[in-house]
Amino acid sequence: MSDSAQAQVIRPPKVDRGVIGWIKQNLFPSWFSGILTVVLGYFIITSLISIIDWGILRANFVGSTAADCSGGGACWVFIGTRMDFFIYGFYPEAEHWRINLVYLVFGLIIVPQFFKAVSSRIKMILGIFGVTIFPIFAFVMIYGSETLGLTHVATSQWGGLTLTLILAYVGIVAAIPIGILLALGRRSDMPLVRALCVVFIEFWRGVPLITILFMASVMLPLFLPDGVTFDRLLRALIGITLFQSAYMAEVIRGGLQAIPKGQYEAAEAMGLGYWRSMGLIILPQALKIVIPGIVNTLISLFKDTTLVLVVGLFDLLRTVQATIVDPAWRNVATEGYVFAAFVFWVFCYGMSRYSQMLEEKLHTGHKR
Amino acid sequence: MSQEAVIQQGPGHLASMAHEGESIIKVVDMHKWYGEFHVLKGLNLDVRTGERIVICGPSGSGKSTFIRCINRLEEHQQGQIIVDGVELTDDLRNIELIRREVGMVFQHFNLFPHLTVLENCCLAPIWVRKTPRKEAEEAAMKYLERVKIPEQAKKYPGQLSGGQQQRVAIARSLCMNPKIMLFDEPTSALDPEMIKEVLDVMIELAASGMTMLCVTHEMGFAKTVADRVIFMDRGEIVEQGVPQEFFNNPQEPRTQQFLQQILNH
Repeated sequence: MSDSAQAQVIRPPKVDRGVIGWIKQNLFPSWFSGILTVVLGYFIITSLISIIDWGILRANFVGSTAADCSGGGACWVFIGTRMDFFIYGFYPEAEHWRINLVYLVFGLIIVPQFFKAVSSRIKMILGIFGVTIFPIFAFVMIYGSETLGLTHVATSQWGGLTLTLILAYVGIVAAIPIGILLALGRRSDMPLVRALCVVFIEFWRGVPLITILFMASVMLPLFLPDGVTFDRLLRALIGITLFQSAYMAEVIRGGLQAIPKGQYEAAEAMGLGYWRSMGLIILPQALKIVIPGIVNTLISLFKDTTLVLVVGLFDLLRTVQATIVDPAWRNVATEGYVFAAFVFWVFCYGMSRYSQMLEEKLHTGHKR
Repeated sequence: MSQEAVIQQGPGHLASMAHEGESIIKVVDMHKWYGEFHVLKGLNLDVRTGERIVICGPSGSGKSTFIRCINRLEEHQQGQIIVDGVELTDDLRNIELIRREVGMVFQHFNLFPHLTVLENCCLAPIWVRKTPRKEAEEAAMKYLERVKIPEQAKKYPGQLSGGQQQRVAIARSLCMNPKIMLFDEPTSALDPEMIKEVLDVMIELAASGMTMLCVTHEMGFAKTVADRVIFMDRGEIVEQGVPQEFFNNPQEPRTQQFLQQILNH
């Protein structure tokens, strides 16, 4: 190698190129794989055909009653007529504009995050706005405020996709910082802080979410003095947040442990002190490492919000379940569940895409 | 060996500014244990401003632990360490005060991989010294030029070679304008062809009058630069002296054995 007398460029070996080559290499490399390709291909194609046939070709999209669903396929008319309920729950129709406004602002915060053309400075400002002023704004708009002339709407009337998103958003925005503090606490040098964090994490992680929600809504009132009531939604929110922050803490702790000791030492040797070392050096690296784990937890948090139906809250899934039993329609359960699944998938897939973009952006050369 | 002797025999071309200095680090009967294991057994050291000290010794002799005690990366359990007039105790304020004045270069560089070279250099001046960003960046560029890599300022550490990373690490420490620089085996993790570029920077730094404590196996560096060479073994300072004396006429059998091993391989 070192003898460079013949500085000839040696190219990598040629593989069969083109479509035929690709098919040969990937679909029929051996007789066993070939058979597998044929069998799986058959199942994929036949099921795709029947899905398209049911969901699109024979489906009905326009109309307003059960009678309009005559094609024998999916009855999307049903979804269309109940869309308002799926999105707003029991929120008074005259006030829907308030939720729409919140959705609009939410979109303005979220959508730019997905475009590379937007500068990171703008993304950051939007992000900070999204976790500080936006929640207050959304709360005032949805809950109402007499001083602003917005009539009060009780949380029991909130529902549908709006409620699902509120639960998920509050859960996400609160669970990450609490999780970070718990993770740092669990690695603290102070025995008391460490013990408290361990007990907290192990308690909340060891109990199923459904139990926590039940306890919060059924048992908690028994312990409170008469007359003191706690909003049911608030109780669910606190339960979800504490539950998820325990999971988050463990994910983040994994990241903290992956940072080499030298990084802690270098930060210390500079005289940065604990909080600045953590905030400037350790956490930015640790959180970057565990982005897949964090997003994994957030996605499961998002889907876990459906469990609030056990305490009588009407999230998206519950609104779907409530409408599919309407005797005015023939059996529309499939359509309802497919719709709910699709909405959940869109949001979860969005989070997954976003995390991949973030990982790509934060990649800074080779790591040791 | 008395201090007078050290003062008079310093290597000629570097000796001029180094010896008027007054004591800047004072270690008195310092002990440290790891659990039951007695790592440092009653060390005494007096370092004067501008003095350049090389500490050598077999692995496990406690030399790294010793210099890491000086900026409190390790805690000593008995005795006194006084740096720049401040005694190292549990008092966090004292520790941070001392760390501002003591720069440290590590064996594995320990640059922050999520920050660019320039950001690595500016971080501590901005957050600890509260230097305005623009000023900090100008100073950082000055030091990056001094270590001969200003063109890498916008790159990330992961894109640099080991030698370049170590030079950045030196520049990063210098940005805090430290009074003392500690080097913990700065060339041990480098490929042979990169050792020289780092040593050149360290020699230049020594010539500028910086107080330096280096743990290193580079005996050539010790010979050209050091005012004093300290040999440690099993947690004790076995012997110390000016390089000429130390290398040509070691007194202790342990020193003789060590020198034979590393000089004749």
